[in-house]
Amino acid sequence: MKKIATGNKAVAEAVKQVVPDVIAAYPITPQTEVVEQIAEFVSGGELKSRYIAVESEHSAMAACIGASATGARTFTATSSHGLLYMHEMTNWAAGARLPVVMANINRSLGPGWNIWAEHTDALQERDTGWLQVYVSTVQEAYDTTLMAFRVAEHNNVLLPVMVNLDGFLLSHIMQPLDTVEPGDFIPPIKLPHAIDVKNPAGYGGLTGPDQQYRFRWDIERSMRDSAKVIAETEREFSKRFGRKYGFTEDYRCEDAEVIVVAMGTLGKEAEVAIDILRKENIRAGSMRLRWLRPFPHLNLKGKQVVVIDRDYSFGRGGILATEIMAQTKEEVYSVIAGIGGQEVTYENVADFVRNRKMGAEVWFGVNSNV
Amino acid sequence: MDTIAEIPKAEYLLKCTSACAGCSDSLALRYVLKAAGPDTVLVVPACCTSVIQGIYPNTAFNIPVYNIAFGAAAACASGMSNAFRAAGKKTNVIVYAGDGGTLDIGIQSMSGAFERGTDFLYICYDNEAYGNTGMQRSGATPLGARTTTTPAGKTDFKKDIDAIIAAHDPPYMATAAAAYPQDLFKKVQKALTFRGPSFIHVLAPCPPGWRFSTEKTVEMGKLAVKSGMWVLYDREYGKLTIGAQSKAAMKKLLPLEDYLGPQGRFKSIDPKTVDILKQRIAKNLAKLTAEEAAP
Repeated sequence: MKKIATGNKAVAEAVKQVVPDVIAAYPITPQTEVVEQIAEFVSGGELKSRYIAVESEHSAMAACIGASATGARTFTATSSHGLLYMHEMTNWAAGARLPVVMANINRSLGPGWNIWAEHTDALQERDTGWLQVYVSTVQEAYDTTLMAFRVAEHNNVLLPVMVNLDGFLLSHIMQPLDTVEPGDFIPPIKLPHAIDVKNPAGYGGLTGPDQQYRFRWDIERSMRDSAKVIAETEREFSKRFGRKYGFTEDYRCEDAEVIVVAMGTLGKEAEVAIDILRKENIRAGSMRLRWLRPFPHLNLKGKQVVVIDRDYSFGRGGILATEIMAQTKEEVYSVIAGIGGQEVTYENVADFVRNRKMGAEVWFGVNSNV
Repeated sequence: MDTIAEIPKAEYLLKCTSACAGCSDSLALRYVLKAAGPDTVLVVPACCTSVIQGIYPNTAFNIPVYNIAFGAAAACASGMSNAFRAAGKKTNVIVYAGDGGTLDIGIQSMSGAFERGTDFLYICYDNEAYGNTGMQRSGATPLGARTTTTPAGKTDFKKDIDAIIAAHDPPYMATAAAAYPQDLFKKVQKALTFRGPSFIHVLAPCPPGWRFSTEKTVEMGKLAVKSGMWVLYDREYGKLTIGAQSKAAMKKLLPLEDYLGPQGRFKSIDPKTVDILKQRIAKNLAKLTAEEAAP
C-alpha cells in the first residue's frame, strides 16, 4: 500500500505488521513519534501487542528482556541518552541471546542538550553484541525494520538488532512509503531457550572462568553466522517485495578511483555529490555502509577512501574511519562532519573529495584546509 | 494452615546451595517457593540469591530462575508477566531481591512496576546491608549498625520502604520474617491470589553480616519481633492488620538491648542511639496501631 510517511512512522508501520507480543518504551526526542504511533495502534485495537509504558530506558530494555525470555517477540525504540541509559541492559539482552529489535533514532549526546543527528550514540553500543544497521530513506527504514525481526529471531542468530535512523534528517522527513504484507516472510518466533516451568533452568547465574569465554565466543560465532542470514533475508525480501539492499549500497564504485564511505542520510547525500564530481571527470563513487555489525568486507582495494564520520572517539578518531583502516591497507581521508546536526550538503561532500588529503583527518568547519 | 506439617513436602530449593551457614535468605526462600509451587519463575537481581544458586552448569533451584542486573528486577518481571499473560499463562512471576536491590538501586524500576499495576509479587528479603559484597551499608541498614562502610555505626535511619510501597496502594502488601515460616508461607499464598502487584518485606537476619552465631538465625528474627524492631502485619486493599506475633509482643516489648546485644554490628552503639531507636519503635508502633484502629 502506497502512502507518505516519516521515518518514525515507517518504523511503527513495520512494527504493527510483525505484531510483537510485548513492546516496552520510554519517550525521547526525536524517537517519540515511533512510540506515540505504536501506542495509538495498540489503543485503537489495530495492534494486539502489550504496550508497557515504562519509567526509563533501562527498564524498557529490562522489560523487553523479561518478555523475550519467555519466547515472546519484543520491540523498543530509543535515542541518544535513552540508549546510553540502557547500556547495561543492551549488554544483557545480547548476552542472554534474546532477539529484541530496537529502533534507535541517532542523536547527539549531552552536554549541551542537542537533539540533532549524530551516530556516536549507537556507536557507543558497537561492542555489545547487537547487530547494527543504518538506513537512509523512509522506505529503507520500513523494509529494514521488517527484516530485523527475521534476522534477530533466526535460530542461527538469536541476537538483538538495532535499526538506526538519523534524528530529524530521517525520523521526521516525509517520503513515499510502500508497505507490504509480510506474511510468512516473518515466521512465528521460536526461542529454543525460552523459559519453561516444566523444564526449569537457571539463566544468567554464576559462571566461572572455565565457562564464560564459551558464552562470549558463542556470541561471536552467531555474529559471524548472522552475515549469511542477513544476505539470505535480503535476497528473500527482494524476491518477494522487489527492493534490494545489501551490506553496503554501492553507487558508481566499479571504475572509481576515490570512494566516499558514510552511513545514514549522509551516505545517501553522497550519491548526489558523486554525480557532480563525475561531471568534473573525477572518478568518484560512494559506498553507503548499512550493516556496521557484523562488519562486512568492503571492496576498497586500489581505491582512495574518503570516510565521513558523524561521530567521534576522542583520542582515536572517526569511528567508521578507524574500523575501515583496521580492515584495509588503502589510505583513508577521514572527515568528521555532521556532529550534533551540523549541516552538511552534497556540495560539501563533493568538496571533501576534491580537497582530499589522503592519510589526514579533518573536522569540517574547524580545520581551514577542508 | 497453622502447623508446619501442612506445608507441602515438595522442595524447590534443593540441597547444596552455596549459602552461608544459618542463612535466612534461603530459609525464607524455601517457604516462598513451597507456597508458590512449580508454576513460578523467580526473577533475581544481583544479591545473595544470585550467588547461592550454584555455579553454571549446576543450579540448586528447581524452578526457572532469571538472573538480571541489579537495578532491573521489577522491570524485567514486568515484561515477563506481560508476556505470560499475553500468552494466556498464569505463571507466577516473583521478584526475589535483597534490600540493596529494592530500597536503593532497584527502587525506580520497582516503583514503575507498582505504578503500572504489574501482575507480580515482589519479595524483598532484608538483611539490612549489601551482604553479598561483604556487608556495606544500604538504605535498609538501621541507625547505629556497623557495616564495612559505616565502621563507626550508621548515622542515618533505615529507609521506610513499606511506606513508599504503601503510597503505591497495591492490593496486597505484608511484612514477614524468616523466623516465622508459616506466617511467611501464608502471606505468599495470599499475595499470589491478587491480580496486580503485591509486596512482601521479609526480615532476614544474616549471621556473618550481623555478627551472631549461626544457630541463632531464627532466634534473632524472633527477638526483632519481640522487641518491636520488626513488626509483622499485612495490608489488604489498604486495610492494615497487625499479626498475632507482633500483637503479643506489643503487650510487653522485650528490651531492645536483648535484640541488639547478641549482634556484633551493634557492639559499639552508644546508649543515646539506643534511646533514639527505642523512640522510633514506639512511634512506629503507635502509628501502626492507630492505622489498624482507624475505620
